[in-house]
Amino acid sequence: MARPAPVLDRRLVLPALFPSPDEILFVSGLAGPARDAAELCDDGDNLFTMAGTMGAAVPMGLGIALGAPDRRVVVITGDGELLMKIGSLATVATMAPGNLAIVCLDNGCHGETGGQTGHTAHRTDLAKMAEGAGLPSVMVLEAEDQMAAAKAFLEEAPGPRFLHVRVTDGPPHPYKRNFDLAYCRTKFRDAYLGSR
Amino acid sequence: MRKHTKESWPDLLFNLLVEAGVTLFTYVPDAGNKRLIELADAHNEARPVLLAAEDEGIAICAGADLVGERGVVCMQSSGVGNCPNFLSFVKGAGFPILMVVTMRGDYGEGNPWQYPMGQAVEPILRAMGVLTYRVETADDLVPAAEAAIAASGKGRQSAALILSQRFLGAKAF
Repeated sequence: MARPAPVLDRRLVLPALFPSPDEILFVSGLAGPARDAAELCDDGDNLFTMAGTMGAAVPMGLGIALGAPDRRVVVITGDGELLMKIGSLATVATMAPGNLAIVCLDNGCHGETGGQTGHTAHRTDLAKMAEGAGLPSVMVLEAEDQMAAAKAFLEEAPGPRFLHVRVTDGPPHPYKRNFDLAYCRTKFRDAYLGSR
Repeated sequence: MRKHTKESWPDLLFNLLVEAGVTLFTYVPDAGNKRLIELADAHNEARPVLLAAEDEGIAICAGADLVGERGVVCMQSSGVGNCPNFLSFVKGAGFPILMVVTMRGDYGEGNPWQYPMGQAVEPILRAMGVLTYRVETADDLVPAAEAAIAASGKGRQSAALILSQRFLGAKAF
């Protein structure tokens, strides 16, 4: 059961996977994934980040993907956030939106609350859980030399896709994003509806 | 007012929802929403979305709202207990979420497991800022449904249509 310790720095991951983030609709869970996603998009109007409500990022991304089938939709989540609502992967698998990808930055701990150990540092394997839920395409990214393959996976594998990224417990980008939910909803919604 | 019988209410409610632009019918199965979801499955533009837990429906409908689509979250009363945490972004951001709650644990209930959550449904929803519209009799259905749809449409509130056991009929054991 022992897996090699993670070696990847999370801050390198999203810029390598998404060199042109403006084309994509993003939703992120709270904490580190939100900071990294906000850094990637400069907290732009194609990103909706959480600062609470653990577990909401995947189903919110599913709602966006079902409502905007002509757009690439990417969820950026973490191991703790995803486990809180792991059943939502089954909902994603059943609806099977081809335009949806889920990127889980798994650092094996709860970084926002003091770095307490999470289940994935023990025996839990999120890639296997995604496979078991029925996601048609699942990949594990755990080294820098796999980054190009992971980028291609997110663009080409049959959707919905699940990319399990094993990263160290190092810090996320220190980005300070906007926490005003009502403003963030209006900003995202107006930008999307204005683009059609 | 449009007429309906006790058996045909789901058809009437479904038509009101579709006319209001609802396309995503997210649900955890309940005897009370069975027909409504069958109608969504048979309709060209409506899509049923089977959930693993009720709060997913809240987030899915919020995501749909971000791209200008409208959904509804259908659940049994016990499922309301799974929703409050996600209702915090609904309240904070002003997502206009519409819920249809089919009741257990109220009028005529014979299962003691159902009472605590059934009796807590409306206090919980109100505490999280969701307006509640209760249907006790057949005459209540259309006005309550229209009010909930209006509140969660142009009214920009979140709203729940509460279908009581007095209206639905208590489950026989």
